[in-house]
Amino acid sequence: MIELYLLLIFMIIGAIVAVEIRSLLSSVVAVGVVGFALCVVFFILRAPDVAITQLIVEIIALVILIRVTGIKRDVTEMRGEQRELITQGVSVGAVIALAVFFFLAIRLLPEFGKPLMSLSKDYFSPLIKSGAINRVASVLLDFRAYDTLGEATVLFTAVVGAIAILRKRGRKKVEEEDREE
Amino acid sequence: MKEGMTVIVKTITRFVGVMIMLFGVYIVLHGHLSPGGGFAGGVLLASGFILLTLAFGKDVSLKILPQWLASALESVGALIFLGMALLGFAGGFFFLNLLPKGEAGELMSAGIIPLCNIGIGIKVGAALFAVFMVLIMLRIRPGKEE
Repeated sequence: MIELYLLLIFMIIGAIVAVEIRSLLSSVVAVGVVGFALCVVFFILRAPDVAITQLIVEIIALVILIRVTGIKRDVTEMRGEQRELITQGVSVGAVIALAVFFFLAIRLLPEFGKPLMSLSKDYFSPLIKSGAINRVASVLLDFRAYDTLGEATVLFTAVVGAIAILRKRGRKKVEEEDREE
Repeated sequence: MKEGMTVIVKTITRFVGVMIMLFGVYIVLHGHLSPGGGFAGGVLLASGFILLTLAFGKDVSLKILPQWLASALESVGALIFLGMALLGFAGGFFFLNLLPKGEAGELMSAGIIPLCNIGIGIKVGAALFAVFMVLIMLRIRPGKEE
């Protein structure tokens, strides 16, 4: 269990570095550190399905993020004295409220690992109901297939939205309108 | 102007790119037997194409998988998954696994689960590739970004 805590501390340090560092590329690398450490954490917790997905998605996300850092843009900091104070106050208040409710909710949860698999007993019964040896696949695509359908819909919508915003035709029209003004 | 990266990257990509895509297909097809599944395999397939794009330039990968084909494949994958779900109505309710289960552990087993995995794999792979290509196109026009 000690390696798990070491990895979690490592991830927290990586996240703080990613937020605080000045160079964009170093920040992206620090984000990658957090993601890959999370992948190792999943392996330690014996969830190879999630670990594989996390690893591959992290690679693609890093490629896209590193590509984004190459774009030359005005990234000068925006500072407003009063507004900054308000924003900080609001965020600190939100964090405190979240922490209070989180601790209240945690007290109601059952102890970790107890009772043993009361909810998922049927999914992991020795009799294989769905016919799939990989129990994660049988939960994802048989017992809880509605969740997967929702997830697929979310991804579909996200991709359609991204293509609609970034496609050439849409951008051209906006540029022409800008010129007319 | 020569597109893409150096000859070292191109040579390695020739060997590794095929293996990455093959591994993606393996992960999708064995989703009901070993860790992995439609989503992970689909992202692997997309990452193979992304490696091809980065190494050889966008024209090479667009020749293999044009933009319109990627969009069409995404819809086809989603329709396969939805079709498998609707197939359950033949036996009673949505997402009913009514195809023959076969023997557990065989490649041809588990009813609709492998078919759903294939649908999700096609959908996710084509979708991520399409998004990446759209992002690549954005960079081609310097000085016109708002």
